[in-house]
Amino acid sequence: AGVAKRIIPCLDVKDGRTVKGINFVDLRDAGDPVELAWQYSAQGADELVFLDITATHEKRKTTVEMVKAVARNVNIPFTIGGGIHEVADAEILLHSGADKISINSAAVKNPALINTLANAFGIQFVVVAVDTKHIDGKNYVHLNGGRIKTDILTEEWIKEAESRGAGEILLTSMDHDGTKNGFDCTLLKKINQSLTIPLIASGGAGSKQHFTDVFLEANVDAALAASVFHYGEILIPDLKDSLRASGIKIR
Amino acid sequence: MIGIINYGAGNIFSLTAALDRIGIEYAMINEEGDMENYSHIIIPGVGHAGAAMQKLKATGLTSSIKKLEKPVLGICVGMQLLTRHSEEGDAHLLNVMDIETLHFANRVNLKVPHMGWNKVSPMQNSKLFQNIEKDAYFYFVHSYFIEYNPTFTLAYTDYGIKYSSAIQYNNFYGVQFHPEKSGKAGEQLLKNFCTI
Repeated sequence: AGVAKRIIPCLDVKDGRTVKGINFVDLRDAGDPVELAWQYSAQGADELVFLDITATHEKRKTTVEMVKAVARNVNIPFTIGGGIHEVADAEILLHSGADKISINSAAVKNPALINTLANAFGIQFVVVAVDTKHIDGKNYVHLNGGRIKTDILTEEWIKEAESRGAGEILLTSMDHDGTKNGFDCTLLKKINQSLTIPLIASGGAGSKQHFTDVFLEANVDAALAASVFHYGEILIPDLKDSLRASGIKIR
Repeated sequence: MIGIINYGAGNIFSLTAALDRIGIEYAMINEEGDMENYSHIIIPGVGHAGAAMQKLKATGLTSSIKKLEKPVLGICVGMQLLTRHSEEGDAHLLNVMDIETLHFANRVNLKVPHMGWNKVSPMQNSKLFQNIEKDAYFYFVHSYFIEYNPTFTLAYTDYGIKYSSAIQYNNFYGVQFHPEKSGKAGEQLLKNFCTI
C-alpha cells in the first residue's frame, strides 16, 4: 500500500519560454511552456517542474503570468523553482496556482529560509533542490546550477533541510546529469533510506530501464527528466507501461 | 452557482482555474449575507489546520457554515475543518462531524507528507463519485488524515492504514485529495458535486 511512483518532466524556462530544444510533433509553439505542460499532462505525466533559469526581479512578472496560465490549463500539480528568496516570492506563486516551490542556492546561503517558508505555507509546499557532485569519495553540494562547489556534504545538508521543514527533496546528481547512463542509484538509495520525506531522483535518465532501475534499486518516490521527454526519446505512456510490467505501482 | 468561502486559503486560484476549465460559475463568499446567493458551497484549504481555523474564525462565518443545509464541499484542510479536532496545532475545529484529524507520523511507517497519486475507493454509491472509475487515482498532499469511521467515511484510501479520503454527513462533504489537481477524475468529481 502506498502512493504511485511519479514521473516528472522538467521544463527549463527563460523569460516565460522553454529553452531546451523540444522535438514534439504537432506542437503549435514548441517554446510555449503552457502548451508543453498540457501535452505532458495529456500523456500521463504525474507532475511537472518548471525551473525558471532567469528569475531576475524584473522578469518575475513574466513568470507569474506563466504560472497562472499553466494553472488555468493543466489539471495536474506543478512546482516552480528559481529566484525564490523570501516569503513574498513564494506567496505570489502559491496565489498564482503553483502547488510547490523549489529552492536551491537560496536555501544553502540562508537555511532559515526553509523554516520560514514551511511555517508560512506548510512543509508540503517546500521542495529543496540539491545539486551534488562526487569528489574524492565524498558528495558535495554545488550552487548556481552546479557551477560553484561548496564544502557542505550532501548527506548532511539534506538531513538539515528535512529537519528545517523541507517537504520533499529533489536530488540532481551532476556526475550523471546529461550522460544518459542512468540515475545515481547508489547515492539515491543511501539518501532515500535516511529520509522520512519524499525524494525525487534527477540526472542521468537515458532509457526506460533507467527509470525501472531507480524505482526498484533506490525506491525513490519520483523520477524527473528533461531531454529524453522533450526530444520524444521516451514517451510517457510507453514508460508507464514498462514500469507497470516491472511491478511498479504507477497511475 | 458555487460560493467559495474566502478566508485566506492560499490556493483558491487553482480551484477557480479548475472550475473555469469545466465551465462552472463561482464567486467568493466574504460575509454571512453572501451565503444565500449560492446553491453550493466550497471550503478550500491548504497548509496548517490550526492556522486555517483561526483565519476562518476571523471571517465570522463559522456559525453560519455549521447551519448550512445546502451542499458543502471541504477540500484538503477545508475537509479537516469539518472535523471536531486536529492534532495539527491541537486545534478545535467546526465539529460538523465528530471525528479526529490525526498526524501520520508514528502511525504509519511510510513517508510523510503523503504526497502523490493514490487510489480512492468509495464505500457506497454516492453522487460525488458518479462516472468515476472505481479505485481511480487522485492527487494527495497532506501530513494529517481523518480516521476511518463507519458513519462518516464515504471513500477510503490506504496509506499504511485505511483512512477517510472522503467523508459525508447529511449535506456536508469533504475530500482529502485535491480534485482541482487530480486530472479528469478530479474534474468529474467537481462536476458531480454541482449536481448534488
